[in-house]
Formats: sequence, structure tokens, C-alpha cells
Amino acid sequence: MSNIIGIGAAPRRKEDFRFLTGRGNYVADVKRADMTFGVFIRSQHGHAVIRGIDRTAALAMPGVEAVLTGDDVAADGLGSLPCGWGIHGSDGLPMKEPAFPMLAQGKVRFVGDMVAFVIADTLELARAAAEAVVIDYDVLPAVVGVLEAVRPGAPQLFDDVPNNLCCDWELGDKAAVTTAFRKAAHVARLSLVNNRLIGNPMEPRAAIAEYNGGTGHYTLWTTSQFPHVVRFLMSALVLKIPEQKVRVVAPDVGGGFGVKQFHYGEEAVITWAAKRVGRPVKWVADRSEGFVSDRHGRDHVTEAELALDENGKFLALKVVTLANMGGYLSTFGPNIPTNLYGPLLGGVYTTPAIYCNVKVVFTNTVPVDAYRGAGRPEATFVVERLVDVAAKEMGIDRVELRRRNIIPKEAYPYQTPVLVEYDSGDPMGCLEGALVAADVAGFAERKTASERDGKFRGLGYSTYVEACGLAPSRFAGRLGARGGLYESATVRVHPTGQVTVLIGTHNHGQGHETTFAQIVSEKLGVAFDNVDIVFGDTDRVQFGMGTYGSRSLVVGGAALSKASDKVVVKGKKIAAHLLEASEQDIQFEAGVFSVAGTDRSKTFQEIAGAAYVPHDYPLEILEPGLEEQAYYDPVNFTYPGGCHIAEVEIDPETGIVTLEKYTAVDDVGTVINPMIVEGQLHGGIVQGVGQALYENAVYDDVSGQLLSGSFMDYTMPRADHLPNMTIKTHSTLCTHTPMGVKGCGEVGTIGSPAAVINSVVDALSHLGVMHVDMPATPNRIWRVIQNAAMPQAAE
Amino acid sequence: MKISFALNGRPRTVDVEPATLVAELLRENLNLTGTHVGCDTSQCGACVVLFNGEAVKSCTLLAPMLDGGTLTTIEGLSGPGGSNALHPMQQAFHENHGLQCGFCTPGMVMTAVALTAKNPAPTEAEVRHSLEGNICRCTGYQNIVASVLAGAAAMNAPAIGE
Repeated sequence: MSNIIGIGAAPRRKEDFRFLTGRGNYVADVKRADMTFGVFIRSQHGHAVIRGIDRTAALAMPGVEAVLTGDDVAADGLGSLPCGWGIHGSDGLPMKEPAFPMLAQGKVRFVGDMVAFVIADTLELARAAAEAVVIDYDVLPAVVGVLEAVRPGAPQLFDDVPNNLCCDWELGDKAAVTTAFRKAAHVARLSLVNNRLIGNPMEPRAAIAEYNGGTGHYTLWTTSQFPHVVRFLMSALVLKIPEQKVRVVAPDVGGGFGVKQFHYGEEAVITWAAKRVGRPVKWVADRSEGFVSDRHGRDHVTEAELALDENGKFLALKVVTLANMGGYLSTFGPNIPTNLYGPLLGGVYTTPAIYCNVKVVFTNTVPVDAYRGAGRPEATFVVERLVDVAAKEMGIDRVELRRRNIIPKEAYPYQTPVLVEYDSGDPMGCLEGALVAADVAGFAERKTASERDGKFRGLGYSTYVEACGLAPSRFAGRLGARGGLYESATVRVHPTGQVTVLIGTHNHGQGHETTFAQIVSEKLGVAFDNVDIVFGDTDRVQFGMGTYGSRSLVVGGAALSKASDKVVVKGKKIAAHLLEASEQDIQFEAGVFSVAGTDRSKTFQEIAGAAYVPHDYPLEILEPGLEEQAYYDPVNFTYPGGCHIAEVEIDPETGIVTLEKYTAVDDVGTVINPMIVEGQLHGGIVQGVGQALYENAVYDDVSGQLLSGSFMDYTMPRADHLPNMTIKTHSTLCTHTPMGVKGCGEVGTIGSPAAVINSVVDALSHLGVMHVDMPATPNRIWRVIQNAAMPQAAE
Repeated sequence: MKISFALNGRPRTVDVEPATLVAELLRENLNLTGTHVGCDTSQCGACVVLFNGEAVKSCTLLAPMLDGGTLTTIEGLSGPGGSNALHPMQQAFHENHGLQCGFCTPGMVMTAVALTAKNPAPTEAEVRHSLEGNICRCTGYQNIVASVLAGAAAMNAPAIGE
């Protein structure tokens, strides 16, 4: 069949047309008859006791349907928002898991915490009624930083969580690390902060719910990366309503980056409210509301030490981190700074002993959870910064020190001392490729040119690996996951031979409608244009865990590959019957079933037709129809990685850091669509550059107010901040995924912050600067330069 | 109050509250939901439309300001309804993978069309500067910049047969 577009091709995206012509269907675009509008009243205080809520005036306003509070939630016996991970501390005890009510119960714990929900005929009226609700608070001292939160005498968020400590978690062999440090010729030490970030997908969160009193069915449209998980958590654990009577639709979603992979209280409140008021309820977050309610990311304070022998071989790594959880445990919260952090501290190196201790801490801030990379950028930043510090202190070239410690290609599969076993990789190949692609040889000349202009120029490396394709359920279960992490796909072949795929991952920019169609086109020999991908609707798609952790292609694509293989198996049985041959003699290639060694054949389309018009069909052994489903649970994580090289120029007069060049050579396994992979790398890298140079969520440490609460105060990377990047792949194949794929959604964000900061420190190294915390804003860099001993003038 | 203006090439009269923002008028009253709202501080540029040929953030315009003017939204850029003909700038975004989630895309495309009208052959630096008021979180801008450069070239290419 013509127009087969398979693995490795770069067709333009199927999903583009509706977005380019203004015909996307995002949640905020959805309108329902007789719809009402909801507004959340959120805490203005970082920490306070709610003494009373007077809703009389609001309820007296004509057109106001309801004002719902925590008391109504309690009266209806509803559950609180569940945490999907239950980790254990080094003492063997489970983490402290205080309830996260969907509307505050007695106390608010961060600015943005939800206190009440106002529903009215119009948005204006709902806003006016929200103003008329009087809330009496007893304001308490707030604590926003992890170091302050664990100090004796700090404000306590929960009566039963002493010292605000959720969990004191550890990983690795502490004794082996202690022994190794005793033998070390050199120990490199570094204290660092991994700055708090706000994901800010361009589409603000939104939800609409309606209840059908005739059938008892609920429908929720929500900006979610995982509608089936929302349905399960919300129906079974929060609202306690029948799962089969709940439909969750996540239509076009305008970016996620993790921010939309949690079950949010708004979703449950709105669904509950729709039944209570008997009308559809719509809520769309303002951006300002998103800043104080979208789950934040990162926020670590870390002390790390690397022990080396006299030749620069890494002997042991010790990392102690305080991780901010915010005011409550969000869906994946405690998993991120522990299981997705500690196991990545091996990096691409042969470090034989690693110990990691993470204190997971509550503070009066927005709950912290996964944001693109989630734990792995933090781990990479620790390791890659520390390698540069060690190189500088020992007088060994940074690249040479990496070469001495990188796991050689032939050592794979490689078992690290921190749980994970890398199946494949070639970090040295990525490094060598990047040195050429970044024209490192020409750097000295460029640096001289910069110096001539009175500027500082620096080069920074990050050789890194990540674990993604979340996740092997059995492995995750041992680490504390309370759910499975497989994926499902159905391949529905129509009587025409055209195909609809129903898949449990969610496409919100990653190009799944194109990539997955390429897989089917290749596997079934069906024209690329004849494959449609359906996702994001629990009434259409059987089940799914959604899209996060670079899992869609790795886990969802594997399920799709398996389901496609099942279609071929069944097709061969039908073909054997029609061609009067033995099933073993049927071959399938490029959409044609043929009898080996003959010219007898049937097209895929003919087989599909026979399956649905079974006049001449082996009905005694085979059911009619051609539709197959597969669930796939991976056997290991995948380990993409690579080498990133950043080159910056710093203006010492202003402290402005300009990213001049950026080169990435990444191993993402098999590439299905190189255009889409490159796009994922671009976006991921710029989010990491954002963390390194621009973005910072800042709280006032007395009041708990978010000071960086809008795009005026929180710097998003913009077009004129950035150069064109050079992206190359240097792939080894994953040994355990069906197509050898490794995933590419997060690599950019994981590798880049360290590369950028290493380049900034390199540019300032002549001043004796050993470390700069993120973000490297002009203010911070200018101060670093002013505080450093200025060098002697060269001439 | 009643206001009359040309919307995507057709005369239109609407009755609207004077305090209505154009972004809201388009999305809520006229069901033209291609214009997106991504912030509340006029920073993100997702709501950019062409007003009298200029790229304007429609969250900064009040509906009465439209009276007597000409407004083009993303829905009015391509061929007539049902047609699959893309404007050259839309086509360039498609060819160059200049969009991922699609949310910022309408504003990006409208800004690019306005830029190209004023500066038919922009440099990469000029394109980056002109997109300073449009935030994209997905693409890292590289392919958007490539799209705008390609779109500008296509808009200026002589039609076949000319």
C-alpha cells in the first residue's frame, strides 16, 4: 500500500491543522447548556486558622447557586486528595501523611490553599459573590524554606508531624561510603540550592463538570495528562462515586510538563458541585491563580561530597538533601526527591559507593511535585557540578576527569550502587561527538575575542543519564508506588482496513498522533493517513496511566507495538484460510499477506474486509472482527542520556549572561520521528536554561506570600534570550523495549541546567569563583563579580 | 452598546457590555475560541489578533474600540470555512514544526503575519526580537523562528505564473 510512513521518517504532524487554524478544542473552549461558573476563594495567608466563614451576603445575591466550604465536604463524608506514593524512612517507618482536604478544614497552609468554591450564573457574579464571602482568619507565623522549617521552634504545619519532617529517607551503603572517604586522596565539597520552579504550561488549568440526574453519570472535562488516573482517584478515593459512572475527558491540553499530571482538588470540587447544583459548572484558572495553585517543582538544599583517589577516580559520593514538599503531599510528591533522585546519583560514572539522605519537609508553600525531569535534573546538577569542582581543585581538565570515570560502552549492562541497572549506553561516544559538534577546539579563540570586547566567556559540560519510561510496576511497587505504571493500547482495524488506535497516554504537544501513526503504518503496512490516534477520553479509551516521565513512546508505544503484532497474528490466520495455506507459511510484509514461495497473496485491506464480512472465514476457530488490545508493563526503566555543552558570554558591567551556543548529543535509543525528537530536545533544553538563567519562585519568608506570582515577576525564557541550538543523536538501542526506544521528553531539561551553570562558573573562574546558584540572573552575577577579587590587569 | 466592525472579512454588529475585553468578546460572545488567554497581565501573547493590520494583544483592547475597525483572528487567516488552504505563515509553521501543544500558536502566527507585513525579509535577530511579547513553553522558539523566516519568504515569493 502506498504512503507507508514508518520508523525513522519525519512526516509533518497530523495534529497541526486544527491548532494552526484556531480549531483546537481546549477545556476553556468547552461550553455546556445552562452552564454555571465557579470561582475558588483561596487563602491570602501562608499559614492561618480559619475561625469562621460567613457566606450569608454571597448567598443572598440573585444568581448565586452555592458557596461550598470544607464543612460541606466534611458533611458529605468525602475523602481527601490521595498521595500515589508511600515511601519509608531510614527508620523503616512510613512517611507522615497528613490529609490533604480538597477544601481547607480548619486551617490553611499556603497562599492559594482552597477555602471555598462560589458558583453563580455568570463569571462576573461568581467573582462578586466571592468578594462578599467573609473569612475570619487567625494568622499564624509561616515557614517557607526547608532549612528554617526543620529548626527547633519553627512554625508547625501539622500537629502530628514534628519538625515538619515528612520522611527521613536514605539510599545506598553508608558504611562503604564512609570507608571510601577515609581512603580518599581528595574530597570535593559543594553546597547548593536547586531553585523552586513554576512549570507554567501556556494553557492555564481548567475544568468543567456536569451530572446527568437521569443516569447518575458524571462527565468531567479537565486539563489533565492522565484522565484515567483522575477518574480512578477521584471516584474511588475522594468522591466515593461509582467509577463506571464517571467519564473524564482531557481534550486538547496546552502543555503539561508534569504540572497537569496530578489529581487536583479543583477537579473533585467541581465534579461534586455539578451534582449539588444540578447544572454544569465551569472553572478556568487565571494565570495568577495558576502561580499559587499549580504544583511547583524542584526546591532542594543540598550538601554533597565526592571522594577521589590520587588519579581522579571517583571512590564515593555522599549527598544530603532537604527537599521542600510544600503544604501537603501532592499525587507524586514524596516520590520525586527520593526515588527519582537518589538512584540517578551514579550518573554516567563508575562511582562504586553512593549514599544519599533526603529529608522531605513540609513548608507553607504550594505543594511541590513533578516538573519536567522531576528529581533527575536535581541529581544531575549535583553530580555534574561536583565533578567540575573536583576537576578544578585537583587541577585535572574537566573533560579528562569525566573520561577517567565514564562507564565504558562495553561495561553495559551496568549495575549502579543505587538500585538501577543501565541496560545500554555510550556516554563516551556522546561526549566525543559533542566536543566536535560544539567546536570546543575553537573555544579559546572565541574566548580571546570576547575578552577583547571586555567580556568573560565560559564553556560548560554536562555528561548525564536519566531513568525514564515510568515504570516497571513491580520495581515501583517495592519503592512505594500505590498503583501500576503499565500502559494500554487498542488497535481497531475497520472493515476498510483503516485504523483507529485507542491509547492510554495523553498527547499535549509531544506529537503522538504522528509518531504513533508511524508505528502502525510501519507495523501493519497501512497508509500513514489511514491511522487515527484517540486519547484523552475514558469513555473511548480502555484504560491508561497517561503521559509523564518520558513514558508515552517507551511504555505506550510498546503496548501499541504489541497490539499491532497481535493484529498481524490474527491476520495471518485469516489469510491462511483464504489462501488455503498453512498459517506457518504465511508471511506479512508492507501490508501484504502472502504464501511463502508463491505469488498468492491478500492485502491487509482484504483481510480486514474478510474479518468483518466473514462469509468465507474460519468461524469454528476464529472470531470475526479485527481489533486487538495489549497492556505493556516494562521490565526496566530506560536510560537516555548524553552530553550537553553550553557556551556563555558574561558582561561584567551588567552581569548579564548571554547563552551564545548550545550543543546536545543525546542517546534516546531508536528515533521514530527525528523532527519531533529534535523539537522535544529544543523545548526541554530551554526549560533547563530557564532554570539556570531566569526562573525562580520566591516566597516572602515572613508572610509566606509568593513574590514571583506573575509573568511580570517570574522570568520565562523568551525568543530573544536564546540562540539556535545544535542537536544530534548518538543512539544505542534499549535492550528491553520492543522498538529499542528510550524516550526523549525530559532529557533536555535534565542535562541543561548543569551545562549552563558549569559554563557560567567557567567564565568566572579567573575570579576564583567555584559555584554560582541558579538562576544566574544579572543581579546575582554582578554581585559575584563585585565580591570576587578582581584580577590584575593583563596589560 | 452596539458596535460594528469587520471581522475576518465580514461586517459584524454586536451588542456588548462596554467593559468587555476583545479576547472575551471573541471567545465567549462570538465563539471564536482560536484566540487564547494564557495570562492576566498582557505578557504571554496567546491572544494576539490583527486590529487594523497591527498585531495587538486582544486582552488589552476593549470591545468598543473595535467600532469601525477591522479585526482578523486566527480563524480568518486561512481559506474560507471548510477549506483546508493554509495561509503561507500557517503552512510554514506546519512545515517547520513550529508548534507543539498549539496554545501559543495563534498568537505566534498573528504576530508573525504582522511582522512580515512591515518587514518582508526579517533577519533571525529581528524575528526573535519581534516575538519577545509571545511566550511559548514547548518549542524553545527555535522552530518558531525558522517558521517565521520561512513564512516571510513564502509570503514574498512571486505566485506561480506571475
